[in-house]
Amino acid sequence: MLDPFVIGGITLSSRLFIGTGKYSRNTLIPEVVASSGSQVITVALRRVDPESRDNIVSHIPPHMTLLPNTSGARTAGEAVRIARLARAAGLGNWVKIEVINDQKYLLPDNLETIRATEILAAEGFVVLPYMSPDLSAAIRMKEAGAAAIMPLGSPIGSNRGLRTKELLRILISEVDLPVIVDAGIGRPSEAAEAMELGASAVLLNTAIATARDPLLMAEAFREAVSSGRKAYLAGLGPVEETAVASSPLTGFLK
Amino acid sequence: MSFYESLARLEQLPYESLWQQFQVEDVKRALCKDRLEESDLLALLSPAAEPCLEEIARRAQRLTRTHFGHVMQLFTPMYLADFCVNHCTYCSFSSIYDFPRKRLTPEEVRQEAVAIASTGLRHLLVLTGESRSESPASYVKECVEILHEYFPSVSIEVNPLSTAEYRELREAGVDGLTLYQEVYHQETYRKLHVKGPKRVFRNRLDAPERGCQAGFRSVNIGALLGMYDWRQEAFMTAMHARYLQDKYPECEIGLSAPRFRPYLGEFNPNSDVTDRALVQIILAYRLFLPRSGITLSTREPAPLRNHLIHLGITKMSAGVSTEVGGHSQDGGTPQFEISDERSVEEITDMLKANGLQPVFKDWDLLRLQA
Repeated sequence: MLDPFVIGGITLSSRLFIGTGKYSRNTLIPEVVASSGSQVITVALRRVDPESRDNIVSHIPPHMTLLPNTSGARTAGEAVRIARLARAAGLGNWVKIEVINDQKYLLPDNLETIRATEILAAEGFVVLPYMSPDLSAAIRMKEAGAAAIMPLGSPIGSNRGLRTKELLRILISEVDLPVIVDAGIGRPSEAAEAMELGASAVLLNTAIATARDPLLMAEAFREAVSSGRKAYLAGLGPVEETAVASSPLTGFLK
Repeated sequence: MSFYESLARLEQLPYESLWQQFQVEDVKRALCKDRLEESDLLALLSPAAEPCLEEIARRAQRLTRTHFGHVMQLFTPMYLADFCVNHCTYCSFSSIYDFPRKRLTPEEVRQEAVAIASTGLRHLLVLTGESRSESPASYVKECVEILHEYFPSVSIEVNPLSTAEYRELREAGVDGLTLYQEVYHQETYRKLHVKGPKRVFRNRLDAPERGCQAGFRSVNIGALLGMYDWRQEAFMTAMHARYLQDKYPECEIGLSAPRFRPYLGEFNPNSDVTDRALVQIILAYRLFLPRSGITLSTREPAPLRNHLIHLGITKMSAGVSTEVGGHSQDGGTPQFEISDERSVEEITDMLKANGLQPVFKDWDLLRLQA
């Protein structure tokens, strides 16, 4: 089934984005890439150390589209500087804006994120802002030049699933941009659910990195995302509150 | 309002009866909660939690792996100076001891930096004795400017400073502050700190908050375990951390659980903090503050450190010397004896063998690179 997903001018056949954090060893990264079928991988610039013998980027297969993130930024200004450094370091022109001021729940600051989006989009970056699922903020991010929006399903690393489902549904329906559900997805069924809702893609890291068998889990997510997408394209049947009689009660009126 | 006001209330709690009052059910209830309250923390530190240690450890491990993954951040301390104006009864740097004191010159700082950086470490904690005349903030600032050529992240552990001084150091490139209260129990604090500015309990207690106000990215606190009843000290430390975390959500508040170690003098700890007690403390910290970093120093022996890495610890020191200039030269007086003398490479191998990834770099100060 051909169902290309184009973002930032790149056509992707996989709708599963993955991360590089939390693995027990960096050498797992290429194996997870292969099992997940993912083509986009996020990496925190703060972890990149070109002088290290074990530089995290050197473990990422060359065919992957890098999505450096601004993890650690607390203001729009810091996020902008991190993005520029990432581009200067040869990590490409995609960037996931993360501006977080709350170390307890790690919830994003939408206002600062909009500001950073505006500046970086104007500089030619493909900007993917990580956000709290708020419709007004999402619309402003689109106006600011975001290539997609990345609302959270639940707080980062929580594995709590789609706690923001109603808000995600509104964003998917109202915002004319790809919606990539990021953060909180802990199970393949939740990834499938996000895709059934109409999300364009999902991004996850903890669920794979902390599984007992990360490679098998990566494969499970690959299939779940694919299944969820197929279900969305197929059009889910309507949900009824009560049973629907197969012999209608008013059939005699014909 | 500062933590001092909260401390005044917490000090009034009837600890002796309180510790006996908790039941296993209270501990189990705490284990089911997402956000633990003050009474849950007390339950986890009480004797009632002791039979449940394994169950608590499993939850602590799950929380740690979920929030931090299978990674362990490594750092090492660098002692810049050992001049000290305080007489503290438990520290080799105390002003009553007569030994040749020293302060690194800029060239020596560079030598130390080169030696440490060659091990692969990228996070550094710089320390001084407490002397405003011999190692003032301006001296620390000069050193940090040199160190930033080698380390993307430099934190400090120096005498309490004013908010303005902290701000100046932050602007010079310091991104983290570590400051141990030593003892939260005020009467004991007065007894242990015989002479010098460190006697002013509240100046020290409020310093981490001044660090938050000055904008440090991370602030790390702790009680030196062994000075007073460990349950009460751990309780106060965690409550202090929660206070800072609630008031300054933009700052990463971390905890350490250092145990008393031998030094030049003959001070005997008042409280016997066993390995089991240390584990109970670390687990309580993890459950009460699930996203906080917890640091484990080389005060603990290697075999114990090898076990503790699975129980909530997120940061470890490695390749440690507690002597001024001890990474590139010999002859200094250590602040205290370390227990785990393994090299960075040995710690790295141990972590890998335990399914953990050693992380040498997890932050980069942007100001200097922009």
